[in-house]
Amino acid sequence: MRMLRLALAAAALAFAAPVHAAGPSVAIPSQTWSFGGLFGTFDRASAQRGFLVYKQVCASCHAMKQLAYRNLEGIGLSEDEIRAIAADVMIKDGPNDDGEMFERPGRPSDRFRSPFPNVQAARAANNGAYPVDLSLITKARENGANYLYALLTGYRENPPAGVEPMEGMHYNEYFPGHWIAMAQPLWPDMVDYPDGTRATIEQMARDVTTFMAWAAEPELEQRRAMGVRVILFLIVLAGLTYGVKRKIWADLKH
Amino acid sequence: MVGLHKSDFKNPVVRWIDQRLPIPSMLTKEYAEFPTPKNFNYFWNFGALAMVCLVVMIVTGIFLAMHYTPHVDYAFDSVERIMRDVNYGWLLRYIHMNGASMFFIVVYIHIFRGLYYGSYKAPRELLWILGVVILLLMMATAFMGYVLPWGQMSFWGATVITNLFSAIPIVGPDIVTWLWGGFSVDNPTLNRFFSLHYLLPFVIVGVVFLHVVALHITGSNNPLGIEPKGPQDTIPFHPYYTIKDSFGLVIFLIVFAFFVFFAPNFMGHPDNYIPANPLVTPAHIVPEWYFLPFYAILRAVPDKLGGVVLMFASIFVLFVLPWLDTSPVRSMKFRPLARPFFWVFVAACLLLGYCGAMPAEGIWVVLSRVGTAYYFLYFLVILPVLGKLERPLPLPASISQRVLGGGPVPAAAASKPMEKA
Ligand code: HEC
Ligand code: HEM
Repeated sequence: MRMLRLALAAAALAFAAPVHAAGPSVAIPSQTWSFGGLFGTFDRASAQRGFLVYKQVCASCHAMKQLAYRNLEGIGLSEDEIRAIAADVMIKDGPNDDGEMFERPGRPSDRFRSPFPNVQAARAANNGAYPVDLSLITKARENGANYLYALLTGYRENPPAGVEPMEGMHYNEYFPGHWIAMAQPLWPDMVDYPDGTRATIEQMARDVTTFMAWAAEPELEQRRAMGVRVILFLIVLAGLTYGVKRKIWADLKH
Repeated sequence: MVGLHKSDFKNPVVRWIDQRLPIPSMLTKEYAEFPTPKNFNYFWNFGALAMVCLVVMIVTGIFLAMHYTPHVDYAFDSVERIMRDVNYGWLLRYIHMNGASMFFIVVYIHIFRGLYYGSYKAPRELLWILGVVILLLMMATAFMGYVLPWGQMSFWGATVITNLFSAIPIVGPDIVTWLWGGFSVDNPTLNRFFSLHYLLPFVIVGVVFLHVVALHITGSNNPLGIEPKGPQDTIPFHPYYTIKDSFGLVIFLIVFAFFVFFAPNFMGHPDNYIPANPLVTPAHIVPEWYFLPFYAILRAVPDKLGGVVLMFASIFVLFVLPWLDTSPVRSMKFRPLARPFFWVFVAACLLLGYCGAMPAEGIWVVLSRVGTAYYFLYFLVILPVLGKLERPLPLPASISQRVLGGGPVPAAAASKPMEKA
């Protein structure tokens, strides 16, 4: 494990790390994640709470259009729960036989409803800034999960002394360039967790990050489990092949 | 010479076919009995590995193409559909994505192997040249493949690289418009890149075939760089090298699988998970890691045209390498003067790769220039001059003599399978 990390770090130094050293960003503190490391899996309870945070807070501005409600099975929601969640939103469908568009309750097969019909509408509602689609956010940022957590917990009421405030922008420790158009989205106790967990800013940030890490890589657990089996198989095969090779080459008379 | 081929096969069906279409005979001769130097080390495994990579890329690519949509509005989402909704689509895509990197790692090692052991020298010049053609085709293929998922790096990488052609005097801008099929990288560009990305791998297959035919005319080089003097210096390809290559292949697959299953995006760039947006330029546009040394050469020159010319020259110089290196000795093992220069050359390539990833400013530009200067110096000055100055070490009389350490066979060596087994 340590060797692997070392090897990876060395390889990173060799070619990948500098590629990613972009932008005037601050060092992002590392968190421990249930899905971290080589063998981590998603903490289902946390991901479900994270979905609540997304649904009740972020979804008013950010779409997650790569996801369908049925995908929520992946974080352990039951079919009935999913049907209820989908039915809660109205989805635009059509045209019907009269050529009219119409609204109907959502179905598990529908994609997550986007808050805005198009980019222009999203910008118009957000002072010209575009709230990005969050389906892939932890893959689309360097050090994605840690960055997202840092971003959500990194708001400061006042910029450090000597930094001019910017009209309509908000100071964030970790956003590249610090001034972000998104106002601080999380406030203590803004979400009612049914499992009684206290909704501190850190807790919600952690949960919504877990949810988004799952949303970006729903195949992660299956991938790692398969990887373990494939690599164990290959190691055994390597041993066998090496044995055969030794045997064949031993016959060789000079 | 008309008439049935004389076949040695016993099986009547194989024999019947072999008499009319002597592929079984040919395969036996070229792959089973093919006399191969007995002293290969594992660097001779990389040609076979490259072949495996090519097949893997074509197979995964064909299945990806069944689900991929080459349209600016759908390409990004169609790749996400592959990742999420196609059965094992994530596996296909991660194999294809990391396979490209693996392919380049393997081919680069294969090339440096050739540089170290002098495999490009007579009579293998054409074999080497065909290899350089394959490298160029691979670069074109990988570049266009990277555009297909239509993320930010896809779009901006394509924009930067195609724009290089505008440096050509007079006709440059027209060429760029022609490449794009419009006035910017857009849907026509994506469509033609997909078409070519599908086509070129099969062209590579064709050139690989010629590469192998040429190899079977001259026979393989070997770590000593001397020709086999007779049957005592060679062994049949099968079973000795089929099994040795199989072992190497399994080790390679372990490395490959590690990336696919545990670090699939390690060699990628996060920006490519942001859909392409012509209105937002990424902070740093960097190509895939395997292009970085060339990117560094490009940016080492203050003049755009000069940079482009040098970048292309850095590959084209490989075409004439067989005539630049004046030393009659192939293997660096016997070239005490050239060897350190070779390792500095390797270091220069790594340095260039590192610089290619850094912003083109300050110390990085200086280092890129140093690396670039050494790169060309090595081929254009050091190798031509050293061949004349250097006194190579005495070459062994034959491969067997070297393997057995000269004199009579000591018992220990005789019972030990092989030097590098
Ligand atoms: C009131 C609307 C609004 C809400 C609610 C909101 N955001 Fe945002 N968000 C924005 C806007 C606008 C931007 C674009 C900011 C910019 O470009 O300066 C943004 C940007 C982001 C970014 C991108 C930062 C980057 O690196 O580019 C992330 C990640 C993000 N939001 C996450 C969230 C999460 C998670 C939530 C829920 C906890 C949330 N947002 C809630 C409006 C919102
Ligand atoms: C020499 C062999 C090949 C190389 C080096 C190569 C390289 C690449 C690269 C680097 C990508 C981008 C991966 C990503 O970031 O998503 C890609 C994508 C793609 N390639 Fe290839 N490829 C090869 C052969 C093929 C073949 C033969 C086909 C089809 C018949 C194919 C079909 C595709 C498709 C559909 C995509 C887009 C899907 C995706 O991005 O994953 N490739 N290729």
